[in-house]
Amino acid sequence: MRKCYFDHVAVNPLLPEVFDAMMPYFKEEYGNPLSIYDLGLKARDVIENARTEVAALINAKPSSIVFTSSGAEANNFALKGIALAKQNQGKHIIVSRVEHHSILNTARSLEKMGFVVTWLPVDKYGSVDPEAVKKAIIKETILISITHASSEIGTIEPIKEIAKIAKEKKALLHADGVATTGNIPIDVKDLGIDLYSIAAHQFYGPKGAGALYIKEGLRIVPLIYGGIQETGRRAGTENVPAIVGMGKAAYIAKRDLNDRINHCKGLRDKIIEGVLKIPNVYLTGHPEKRLPHHASFVVEFIEGEAMLLMLSMKGIYAASGSACSSKALKSSPVLLSMGIASALAQGSVVFSVGIDNTLEDVDYFLSEFPQIINRLREMSPFAKGWGEGAEGDKCYTGG
Amino acid sequence: MKFVHDIKADVTADIVYMMCPMHLLKLDEMIKEIETGQVLEIMTDYDGALEDIPAWCEKTGNEFIGVEESEDYFKFYIRKTVE
Repeated sequence: MRKCYFDHVAVNPLLPEVFDAMMPYFKEEYGNPLSIYDLGLKARDVIENARTEVAALINAKPSSIVFTSSGAEANNFALKGIALAKQNQGKHIIVSRVEHHSILNTARSLEKMGFVVTWLPVDKYGSVDPEAVKKAIIKETILISITHASSEIGTIEPIKEIAKIAKEKKALLHADGVATTGNIPIDVKDLGIDLYSIAAHQFYGPKGAGALYIKEGLRIVPLIYGGIQETGRRAGTENVPAIVGMGKAAYIAKRDLNDRINHCKGLRDKIIEGVLKIPNVYLTGHPEKRLPHHASFVVEFIEGEAMLLMLSMKGIYAASGSACSSKALKSSPVLLSMGIASALAQGSVVFSVGIDNTLEDVDYFLSEFPQIINRLREMSPFAKGWGEGAEGDKCYTGG
Repeated sequence: MKFVHDIKADVTADIVYMMCPMHLLKLDEMIKEIETGQVLEIMTDYDGALEDIPAWCEKTGNEFIGVEESEDYFKFYIRKTVE
């Protein structure tokens, strides 16, 4: 049976050359980077090389990159670290409603600690309106955190415009770049942002490796206390193999970015065109301003998990909402915030392609998916009479 | 402890919220970069620095000018007197 991995927003397969680069640091090069003898110095050197590569991928200074264990840790670090460092200036934070759980839940925990959070609404495409950010800023606003793109709906947010507003109003801007880094060109200086989260497994690097870009001169309270790793900003013996892998993956991502974008866009557009031929299926997220490898839909009358199971029986691997929402078996807060009804949001499905996919994969998927939907609708009590109504808009327009 | 006000520094190192012993590592690194006679300002929230920085100055022979306490961190002033 053919295998089609269409879940690159969950994790990318590790590139063989990245694996090869990591291997020595599991075995013979096992030194602790803080040790002063040659084994330690070698480990220190390769971490600094990786820092330079990761910085280059987002056009940052190497000294502004702090390695973390994941994108979620980077997001936690950004929010809590800045909130605690700036609390004497104000206790107001702005967060959008289409953030990942590592932002949403961190913001909730800050609310419990006495911070005030404004939860910014989005439009029907999941876009944040920069004017709404402007209106939400008050004198006490210390931090704004907006995802650069949601992995659930693929919409790329107007970060540059929001950064201009944040700068005018003297608030800091953090962007969650986990879904974007390695998938679209990122230039933190041009964007004008203060903090940016990254995860290696989103650009064919290993899991367990993330980073936070912290603009030079910004003070941030550490999330993890201990030693002086990462210049005293993130304690804990470094995961040297994972950091080396992240550096190698960043180098390749920068080198191959345009080819990757062109390859993925072609596959994504074919998926969108093919899937929207199926009745009562709607694209979620922005039709144009979206990640080049991302196609997300809601399918009326059936449930996302059922689609995933039947797709996996055909060797097609996809996601329903974010991986976390899928496990919790509840409607995605991201889809609900866009005005999608709870029942329809249950039929969410996300296909995200990568460099390992081919046009043949997409053809195979498009030959199987309509049959799966038909079979599930035949079983669904909600689908009764669905074909009798007028066919809806092909792009979800809210309401 | 020598408390001072309005000292003009030639170079500043802001290590507020960075963990111990970054204050000593940074001090060591920065003192090598400045000229003899110049004043280094170290900003840190680590109260252990109140003991460590004067002790470091005594050990290395550099002049400890004093410390200024601001709202939530300290500003230490050190003059490089040893080549």
